[in-house]
Amino acid sequence: MKSGRFWAWFVFLMGAAYFFIPLIATIEFSLRMRRGVYSFDAYKVVLGDSQFQATFMFSVIVAVFTILLGVLIVVPTAYWIRLRLPQLRPIVEFITLLPLVIPAIVIVFGYIRMYGSNSPLPFLGSNLGANALLVIGYAALALPYMYRAVDTGLRTIDVRTLTEAAQILGAGWGTIIARVILPNVLIAVLSGAFLTFAIVIGEFTMASLLNRPAFGPYLQNLVANRAYEPAALSIIAFVITWGCMSLIQILSRFAPKSANRPN
Amino acid sequence: MAEPFLSIQHVRKSFGATTVVEDFNLDVAPGEFVSFLGPSGCGKTTVLRMVAGFEEPSAGKIVVGGKDITRLKPNQRNVGMVFQAYALFPNLTVAQNIAFGLKVGGMPKPDADRRVAEMLDMIKLPQMADRYPYQLSGGQQQRIALARAIAPKPKLLLLDEPLSALDAKVRISLREEIRSIQKKLGITTIFVTHDQEEALSISDRIAVMYGGRAEQVGTPFEIYNRPATKFVANFVGTLNVLEGKVTDAASGKVQVNSQEVSLKGKLNGSKSGDTLSLALRPEAISLGRQPGHDASLSGEIAEVHFLGSVIRVRVGIGGNTVSLDTFNNSTTPPPVVGDKADISFSSGDMLVLH
Ligand SMILES: Nc1ncnc2c1ncn2[C@@H]1O[C@H](COP(=O)(O)OP(=O)(O)OP(=O)(O)O)[C@@H](O)[C@H]1O
Ligand SMILES: [Mg+2]
Repeated sequence: MKSGRFWAWFVFLMGAAYFFIPLIATIEFSLRMRRGVYSFDAYKVVLGDSQFQATFMFSVIVAVFTILLGVLIVVPTAYWIRLRLPQLRPIVEFITLLPLVIPAIVIVFGYIRMYGSNSPLPFLGSNLGANALLVIGYAALALPYMYRAVDTGLRTIDVRTLTEAAQILGAGWGTIIARVILPNVLIAVLSGAFLTFAIVIGEFTMASLLNRPAFGPYLQNLVANRAYEPAALSIIAFVITWGCMSLIQILSRFAPKSANRPN
Repeated sequence: MAEPFLSIQHVRKSFGATTVVEDFNLDVAPGEFVSFLGPSGCGKTTVLRMVAGFEEPSAGKIVVGGKDITRLKPNQRNVGMVFQAYALFPNLTVAQNIAFGLKVGGMPKPDADRRVAEMLDMIKLPQMADRYPYQLSGGQQQRIALARAIAPKPKLLLLDEPLSALDAKVRISLREEIRSIQKKLGITTIFVTHDQEEALSISDRIAVMYGGRAEQVGTPFEIYNRPATKFVANFVGTLNVLEGKVTDAASGKVQVNSQEVSLKGKLNGSKSGDTLSLALRPEAISLGRQPGHDASLSGEIAEVHFLGSVIRVRVGIGGNTVSLDTFNNSTTPPPVVGDKADISFSSGDMLVLH
């Protein structure tokens, strides 16, 4: 009993150390830009850099569009699979997992070959086209997380009966998805959205190879050339990610409980 | 019947190779309350879902108000439906649930609000408008579901075992309420149940279903007292079935355990020597010979169960056992197992099962 307790604490402390020591070390290092004293100089430099602001804004906007695209694709798909094609679920689940198995670089090379400026579909010939491709690529990368989150959300409601109840009251598919299905899986969609956000903000390969002015390549560039600023940037990124996670928690508390309680 | 409001004509439904509804026919008059009664898996829900438009018939047609709606989508049918599992939208309040159909139908908000208030009054839950479904009891949820179904003034109301998830007391009070609302609004209604008491107590007519067919359609009185088939007789109410042998088909003479019973005019189609199933309701039988009863059989008391106000007695007649109830009377001692006893009944109450 006593020794079991000891080992439980031991494992816990090891885990905590594994997680916190690098974090603390990074924070400590990020504060040492000015010789001899701790200061926020590195943070000031990073946040004051117009490049930082521009790339970060770019990535945020891309993330928002990625989330919208992801929701538009995933919610109706997952809903339809649950409602009408449950036998296809294993196949669709497998497809949504592919982005985890296929490296992003493969997808990007595919894009470059298919949509290069002298191909029949020269998406990459314009900035807008390239941005659109980036969003589409990110939506694919986020698919495993988004699909799983939404599918889990759908499991908590009686999709078929609610659909029929809405139909018999005169609702069409658009109304059913917007007013019945989406609100009831909103928490799930949000958690998928935040995961998507976290992926998009830090993504490097696609942005770099498509030559987009995104946050990932900026980060990489900074790491290669500076000492203290990357540490500060890591901490900033860490805070953003954890902010997202806490936001999910808070939102799920504020959402009507009903959303997670089928009859 | 005058012009039927709902007419289900020769409807068949197959899922792959299995046919679950076969040549189903039913006419429902305007404002009529018809129950589908039958055992689990007999196709009640399937027929209801075809009327609602959730399933498409494999053959036959469904006509409402003179219009063929067989291929119409559910959201174009103007039908109200109440589900066994309530199916309230969990993200919407009670008022928003009731307003759902009105909003979808494009009713202006002030009118919709008025209608919602009216509905909440009708189901006697006006103070619940802002609650969420999970804050309500099952009975309250089902009343909200009823209000939601009725709010858009549908031409037809379909209820699929709306009471079976509720406890006994609520079930009885809610079925009375459903019936009184239905009568007041005069809305044509189909009510699915596998509870015979429920069907008998609130229906204008009952369609007893078995194996995907309507075995008999009739008033509760007809269904109970003149069951058309063996299945209906057995399924509705308690029934004593006796084996009989036709001795003289022309004059209606039948032997049960070598004792003769005369069943004039009931043996249509049977020949002398045929074996028949004869049935008697427990309440049609008396212990001992009673004035007014023209038929009797002799046997032996097999079991006596004291149930309080009534005593259930089982009498063995040859290989048959007959159940009957007698009122408990404090001055007469109950029958004793093993005693000889006669039972009597009116031959008109004896059913010949085909
Ligand atoms: N979508 C379907 N695919 C295949 N078979 C089905 C389908 N829906 C119903 N069935 C079958 O049709 C038969 C009738 O089903 P139905 O739900 O109409 O019965 P029911 O009378 O409503 O029974 P219960 O009282 O249990 O609700 C059942 O044997 C059922 O298995
Ligand atoms: Mg059913």
